[in-house]
Amino acid sequence: MMTFRILKDRTANGLMFSLTVVAMLLVVAMGVGLYLKASPVLEGNSLSELLLSGNWRPESRKFGFLPFLMSTVWVTVFAIAMAAPIALLTAVYLTEYAKSGIRKYVFPALDILGGLPSIIYGIWGILLIIPWISNRLAPHFVETSTGYSLLAGGIVLGVMILPLLVSLFIEIFTSVPSELREASVSLGATRWQTTKSVVLRKTMPGIIAAVVLAVSRALGETIAVLMVCGSRVRVPTSLFDDCQPLPALIAAHYGEMMSVPLYDAALMFAALILFVVVLLFNIISRMILYRIEKTFF
Amino acid sequence: MNFKSIEEKIFKVLMIGATLTVFAFVISIIYSIASKGWNALSWNLITRVGGYDLYTQREGSGFLSAIVGSLYIVGASTFLGLLISTPVVFYLNVYLKKRSKMAYVARIAYDVLFGIPSIVYGAFGLTIMLFLGMRGSLISGIVVVTLLIIPIFIRSMDEVARQFPRDILDAAYSLGATRFETIFVVLRQIAPGIATATLLSIGRAIGDAASVMLTAGYTDHIPTSFTQPVGTLPMLVFNLYNQPAPEAQERGYAAALVLTLIVLALSISGRFITNRFSKNKLQ
Repeated sequence: MMTFRILKDRTANGLMFSLTVVAMLLVVAMGVGLYLKASPVLEGNSLSELLLSGNWRPESRKFGFLPFLMSTVWVTVFAIAMAAPIALLTAVYLTEYAKSGIRKYVFPALDILGGLPSIIYGIWGILLIIPWISNRLAPHFVETSTGYSLLAGGIVLGVMILPLLVSLFIEIFTSVPSELREASVSLGATRWQTTKSVVLRKTMPGIIAAVVLAVSRALGETIAVLMVCGSRVRVPTSLFDDCQPLPALIAAHYGEMMSVPLYDAALMFAALILFVVVLLFNIISRMILYRIEKTFF
Repeated sequence: MNFKSIEEKIFKVLMIGATLTVFAFVISIIYSIASKGWNALSWNLITRVGGYDLYTQREGSGFLSAIVGSLYIVGASTFLGLLISTPVVFYLNVYLKKRSKMAYVARIAYDVLFGIPSIVYGAFGLTIMLFLGMRGSLISGIVVVTLLIIPIFIRSMDEVARQFPRDILDAAYSLGATRFETIFVVLRQIAPGIATATLLSIGRAIGDAASVMLTAGYTDHIPTSFTQPVGTLPMLVFNLYNQPAPEAQERGYAAALVLTLIVLALSISGRFITNRFSKNKLQ
């Protein structure tokens, strides 16, 4: 009887250990799988050619990813530039100023924002943001714009990463012990001064880590970006240019990837780029966030 | 008035403004989808199968196939995800010590998996399908969505399980329980966490388009076997939107509204469970 119970415990141990390891190894499997599928394109083109050339002609086996990379970078930069200040102010308000009554209304709103599917953001972008850009905003700056642009992608992405940023910031700010705030207030500092020179300064690495995490989320967002960014393959030169970020490239062309030689490898290479960048960003920012958690608890 | 109180006022206004902006976004998204979708939505649309009639606007056609397709994918992948991730969370929190190196590495790995975009999951699924010589099908859609939501499950359950007081485990051990036998004690304590994690995963699974698009194919029929392609709500919205006919787009808005309502219901019940059950949790 006794040994049976212990046997059960041991078996469960073994099983759960293997499940845990297998789930972890999924990261490795993904990297290897994508690399194997992408390797043919690496044979025909050098890595610097792939990443730094703007020459995208799949039919003649020229794969320069620069237009997609630059589109991704600019859309992401714009999204972060828009979302980070709003998220930071909201998070400070919710943790340092607001009473719990206010939080009770804001948290569900953030939940909803975080839970809405990418496709809904895409539809919203098309219904609201695109007409606004093409009718109201663009005429002030450029001659004509359809609205499908880097700017539209940036705005939609910015709203999409807002809830993630706010929740990460709130987590970081609440980890600051209240004694530190009390010490600052007792010296005559106002709340904002306390926030600025105690909370924000103390959590700077965490804030940066959270932003990096949000960047990696924004990099991979697909459907919404596919719907509002347009489809031109060119390095964008202005906010009103239409563009095609990396994830949109994969989603828009996977259907025809078997009909052109090497095209499938090129699309998998795009996925591999995303994978590697997101992997690095995530590991770095998570390690910083774990360290912060440790220092305060 | 001195400088520091002016500064205080300015930033307070900015903060309230930022918080209101968040509300404005929520309202504007829901309002724009609802106002467009409500007019197009009808009982026929959500209870009838459409086939290609859905695009040719024949009367009485609907997108039941996409709703059922979504249910198949979400139901199966949530079940599988729960089956795989509960033991992992249990292992991390009961079998491994609090400061274990393996738990640290595992948590980073799951966090990384959580961060990997769904299009990359889709591409990975596609490479495996090509390797096996498979075509877009219900089963590959289910597998990819399962992989996609496992990290969500693990992370959100783990967050609750980590708060679990180890003293309770010690109490169980002192009564002679093996580590495995404490599972019921632990499960009972983290049950609300499991429930919210499940809702979160369902929300993610039902809304995900990028990975499903690459792996599940697309069809207007309800699949009858695992090897047939399947259409889901987000894919339907996307496909309808890409139709040139304005009526098809109208139906796309109706489908988007249905999807939004489902996600809203999930998110509200998630909040409800968290509030309801966190009251009688042991601290």
